[in-house]
Amino acid sequence: MRIFAPNDVVAKSRFWYFLRKLRKVKKATGEVVAVNVISEKKPLVVKNFGIWIRYDSRSGTHNMYKEFRELSRADAVHACYQDMAARHRARFRSVQILRVAEIEKTADVRRPNIKQLLTPNLRFPLPHRVVKSRSLFLANRPSTFY
Amino acid sequence: MSAPQSSVSTFKRYVEVGRVVLLNDGPSSGKLATIVEIIDHNRALIEGPVTGVPRQSFAYRRLTLTPFVLKKLPRAAGTTTVKKVWEASEVSAKWEASSWAKKRAAQQARRNTSDFDRFEIMLLKKQRRRLVNVR
Repeated sequence: MRIFAPNDVVAKSRFWYFLRKLRKVKKATGEVVAVNVISEKKPLVVKNFGIWIRYDSRSGTHNMYKEFRELSRADAVHACYQDMAARHRARFRSVQILRVAEIEKTADVRRPNIKQLLTPNLRFPLPHRVVKSRSLFLANRPSTFY
Repeated sequence: MSAPQSSVSTFKRYVEVGRVVLLNDGPSSGKLATIVEIIDHNRALIEGPVTGVPRQSFAYRRLTLTPFVLKKLPRAAGTTTVKKVWEASEVSAKWEASSWAKKRAAQQARRNTSDFDRFEIMLLKKQRRRLVNVR
């Protein structure tokens, strides 16, 4: 079973939770033999991930599909939790990751926010750069043009 | 309608594959690298095999775009390709020749002066003053 959790303790807890849903097993009747961190096979390649989640909102349960562009599967899931927290104020406990799959073909990407990054010869300027200065007062007005 | 907009953009430097960037933060701060692939609106995968910058994800707010572009760099190129294209384009030499790099080097040299160095500079400045202000 592939569990996405911040540490071993939470991982074991989530493991028992999901196992209970699948089989009639209790923690008392079993034992966790090993917990291994799954490291990314190619952590320096940019990949697109599709994530299916189940999310308990304040009024009901919803299924969602989201896409993320990240270097690793774990990063994508982390970004997913951050996104759920930001857009829906959903905490870790109310989000269940159902499936995480890498999208191999660019044609299979569904969401426009990821699609726009896959256009050939993509380029864009950084239009507003605020340069931080150490001093409070400056002789010259800072320029944000770049 | 108003006059047709000119197709020429006012922007000179773009985030694009092959753009040479100057890093302003992290362990590789002050080194040059190039954008290998754009991850999203905030980050890119960068690498500088010649300058000793390992391949990593880097936020745009922690780097500065330079006017140099490796035109021939394909998207998501490997380390060897990046190195080859970098060396063929002579970016390092162009960077060293630029006034931006010279100014940075001068600032760095000034920052690294010891007390004795500053004393010597003072003596040299005195000498110069004597020559310049001669009546």
